[in-house]
Amino acid sequence: MTTTVKPKIQVPEKKKESASRGSVYQSNQLNLWYDTNHALKNIDLDIKENEVTAIIGPSGCGKSTYIKTLNRMTETIPSVKTSGEIIYRGKNILEKGYKFEELRTKVGMVFQKPNPFPKSIYENIAYGPRIHGIKNKKILDQIVEKSLRGAAIWDEVKDRLNENAYSLSGGQQQRICIARCLAIEPDVILMDEPTSALDPISTLKVEELVQELKKEYSIIIVTHNMQQAARISDKTAFFLNGEVIEFDETDKIFSNPSDKRTEDYISGRFG
Amino acid sequence: MNYIDHESVAKKTNSRLLKNKVLKSIFLAATMFGLIVLAILLYRIVTQGSEYLSLEFFTSFASRIPENSGIKAAILGSIYLMLVVAPISMFLGVGTAVYLEEYAKKNKLTNFIRINISNLAGVPSVVFGLLGLTIFARFFGLGISILAAGLTMSLLILPIIIVAAQEAIRSVPKELRDASYAMGATKWQTILRIVLPAAIPGILTGSILALSRAIGETAPLVVLGIPTILMFTPDSILSTFTALPMQIFDWTKRPQVAFHDVAAAGIIVLMTLLIIMNSIAVFIRNKYQKRY
Amino acid sequence: MSMKEPNSTLNVQELIAQKSNRGLLSFVEKLMPKLLLAIAIVSVLTTLGILATLVVETYIFFTRVPFWEFITGTEWYPFANSTPTFGVLPLVIGTLKITGIAVLVAVPLGIATAIYLSEYASHRARKVIKPILEVLAGVPTIVYGFFALTFVTPILRSISPEVSIFNAISPGIVVGIMIIPMIASLSEDAMNSVPNSMRDGAYALGSTKLEVAIKIVLPAAISGIVASTVLAISRAIGETMIVAVAAGSTPRFDGDLTGSIQTMTAYIVQVTTGDAGYGTTIYYSIYAVGFTLFIFTLIMNMLAQYISKRFREEY
Repeated sequence: MTTTVKPKIQVPEKKKESASRGSVYQSNQLNLWYDTNHALKNIDLDIKENEVTAIIGPSGCGKSTYIKTLNRMTETIPSVKTSGEIIYRGKNILEKGYKFEELRTKVGMVFQKPNPFPKSIYENIAYGPRIHGIKNKKILDQIVEKSLRGAAIWDEVKDRLNENAYSLSGGQQQRICIARCLAIEPDVILMDEPTSALDPISTLKVEELVQELKKEYSIIIVTHNMQQAARISDKTAFFLNGEVIEFDETDKIFSNPSDKRTEDYISGRFG
Repeated sequence: MNYIDHESVAKKTNSRLLKNKVLKSIFLAATMFGLIVLAILLYRIVTQGSEYLSLEFFTSFASRIPENSGIKAAILGSIYLMLVVAPISMFLGVGTAVYLEEYAKKNKLTNFIRINISNLAGVPSVVFGLLGLTIFARFFGLGISILAAGLTMSLLILPIIIVAAQEAIRSVPKELRDASYAMGATKWQTILRIVLPAAIPGILTGSILALSRAIGETAPLVVLGIPTILMFTPDSILSTFTALPMQIFDWTKRPQVAFHDVAAAGIIVLMTLLIIMNSIAVFIRNKYQKRY
Repeated sequence: MSMKEPNSTLNVQELIAQKSNRGLLSFVEKLMPKLLLAIAIVSVLTTLGILATLVVETYIFFTRVPFWEFITGTEWYPFANSTPTFGVLPLVIGTLKITGIAVLVAVPLGIATAIYLSEYASHRARKVIKPILEVLAGVPTIVYGFFALTFVTPILRSISPEVSIFNAISPGIVVGIMIIPMIASLSEDAMNSVPNSMRDGAYALGSTKLEVAIKIVLPAAISGIVASTVLAISRAIGETMIVAVAAGSTPRFDGDLTGSIQTMTAYIVQVTTGDAGYGTTIYYSIYAVGFTLFIFTLIMNMLAQYISKRFREEY
C-alpha cells in the first residue's frame, strides 16, 4: 500500500485540468501571531475548487494553524492576532463583522482525533442540520442516510443508528465525523491530519473516501504523512517555520521540487 | 577514610524499619478511628430507634407521648422543601457555572465572583439562617414558609453546586466544542446542545450530594423559627411546615429518655434518605464516568 | 454560490438558508451572557444580603448596647430582668473551648489518616476507605449532636463524675470527629500532589516509607495541610447543632470544660427557639453575635486561601 522508494515518492497519474478551475480560497499576505509567537508569515496561497490540496511540513510549521484559520477556528484560542486576508468565494473572511458561523456552515472540518458527540449516530449526523433550523424528521432521515452513504459507512451502521457513536471503532468514528460534516453539504472540507489516530486499514478507507469526495467537494488536508499527500492530493503546499516554501502540483513537488528545503524534507532528511 | 560507616548504617536499618512498622500501625489505627466511630454511631442509632420504627411512625403527627409520635408532617415538609430547593439551586448553580466557565473574561469582576463563592462556602449555616429570617421571612414577608426556608437552603448549597457544575463543565473535552463550532454552531447552541448534555451526569452527582447536605441541615431552620409540633401537612409553598432534622432536634432536646429513642427512629429515616441519595449520586457517577 | 450541480431533490444548504434565523440566534447569543452574568451575580447578592442583614441589625443593637461593653464585657446575661448585660467574651470563650478540643482531636487523627491514605494504603484500601470517610463527612450535624448527648457524654460521665450532662468536652470531641474527614481529604490531596519523583529520590537512597512521609512529603505538602486545618477550624467555629444539643446554655468566662457552657452559635439557637419578641434588644443581639461569628469564620477562610495561594509549592 505504501511506496517506500526513496528519496522520491511515486505519485499516481492525475489529470491536469487545474488551470481551468475557480479559486475557493485565496490567502494574501496572511500573518498570524499567538501572543508574540509569529506562527504564520506572509502566506500566499490560491486553493482551487474540486481538488485535494495537501499541506505538509514538520510539526510546528504552522500547517494546522493555517487550516484552522480557513474556518476561523483559531478564534477558539484566545490571544490570536491576524493580518492580511483570506478570500473565500470573493469575500475576506478575516474582515471585521464577517459572520463566521455562516462560513462554517459552508466549510466543514474533520479533526485529528475522531470527536463524535456523546450522542447516538443519528443525532451526530443530524446535529448540523438541526442547529441550522431543519427540524422536519423526514428531511433529517434523508439527510442522515445520504451523509452516511456519502461517507461510505451507511452499510456498517444502518441497523444501529440509535447507538452511541462511541460504540464504534476509531476508524468508524472518524467516518461518522466526516458524515457529520457532509450533512450540511459543505462547499469545502478541511481535514486536519484526519488519519493520524487511525490504524492502516482505517486510514486506507478514509483515503479512498477522500478520492470519492473530491468529485463533489473541495478538500484541504493537513498531513504529516508524505506518502498520504502523494497518494491523494492534486496540489501540495510545503510549510516550514510558518512560511510556504513551495506550492505546486503534487507530482512536481515529489518528483522535482524547486526548493532545496522541500527536497530535504520529502527525502526524509528532517522532520 | 570513610565518611560512612556501613556497619553502623546496617545496624540502624532494623530499628528504622521497626519504627516504620510501628508508625504505620498508628496511622492505620487513626484511619480506622473514623470508620469505627461511624460504625458505633450507626449501630447505636439503629438499636435505639428500631423500637419506634413502625408504619404508624410514618403516618402520625408529632405528639406529647413518645409512643404516639410520628414524622408524617416532618417527612412531607422535608420533601416539599427539597422540591423548592432542587430547581432553584440547580438553576442558579448551573447558570453561574456556565457563566464562569464559558463566558467570563479574566477581569476583576470575574475574580471577585470566584473569591466571593469560595468565601460564601465558608459562611456558617446559622448565619444563612439569619439572612433567611431577615430578608425572606421578614423583608419579603414570606413568613415561616416552605418558600422562605427553600430560598435560604438554596443559597446555602449554591456554592457546592456551582463548584460541582464548574468541574463537570470543565471536563467536557475541547474537541467536542470545536466539532460543534466547526459546524457553524453558535456558542450558546454549543453550550446547550453539546456541553451541558455531556456535563449532566457530573452536575447531577454534585447536585444530589448538595441536596443531601440541605436535607440534613438544621441550623437555618431553627433560626427561621420552623415549628416542631405541627398537626397538619403543608398545602402550598407559602404554608408553615416542619422538617425531619427539626423534628429530630426537638425530640433530642426533650428530657424524657423515651423521646431520645423516637429521635433515633427519626435519624434512621433521615440517614436512610441520605444513603439513598448518595447511592444514586455514586451510581450516576460510575455509570457515566469517562465516556469519551 | 456553489458550483455543484444539484445531485438530488434535497439541497441542504438551500434549506439552511431558508430556515436559519440568524436574527433570533444572534439575539440569543447576545442575551445569554448577560442573563448568565445576572445569575452569577446572585451569589454576590447573597454575600451582600448577609452583610447588609448583619450590619443593619447589629447597628440597631449598638444603639442600645455600647460597642465597648459588647466586645470587652465578660458577662453575658441577656435574660436578666433588671439589668441585662451583653459582654460577648463568654460566648467567644465557649466557642474557643469547643474549637480547641475539636482541633486537638481532629488534627492528629486527620493528618495521620491522610498520611496512611496517601503513603501506605493500597489502591484497593483507598477505594474502600475514602467513600466511608465521605459518608462520615455527610452525616448531618444534628445526628452528631444526638450522638454527643446520648453516647459520648454518658461515657465521659462514667469516667469522671465531675462531667455534667451539658459540657464542653463531649461536643468538642464530636465536632473534632466531624472535621476529621475534611482535614484528611484536603491534606491527602496536598500530599498526592507531591510528585513521585521526589519520593523516588528518597527511596533510592534507602529511606523507609516513614522517612519519606515525614521528611519529604509532609514538608512539601505543609501549606495544603495547614490550609486544611484552618478551614476545619472555621467549620468548628461555625458548628451549631452539636453544641446547641450537647454543650448547654451557660455563658461563662472561665476555663472550665466539664460544666455547661454556651457558644456563639448555640446562643443564636437559644434565642430563636425561644420567644424573644421581634424588636427586643435580645432579638438584635443575635445579629451582633452572628456578625462576630461571621468575622471569625471570614478571617479563617481568607487565611486558608492566603496560605494555600501564598505558599503553593511549585513542582
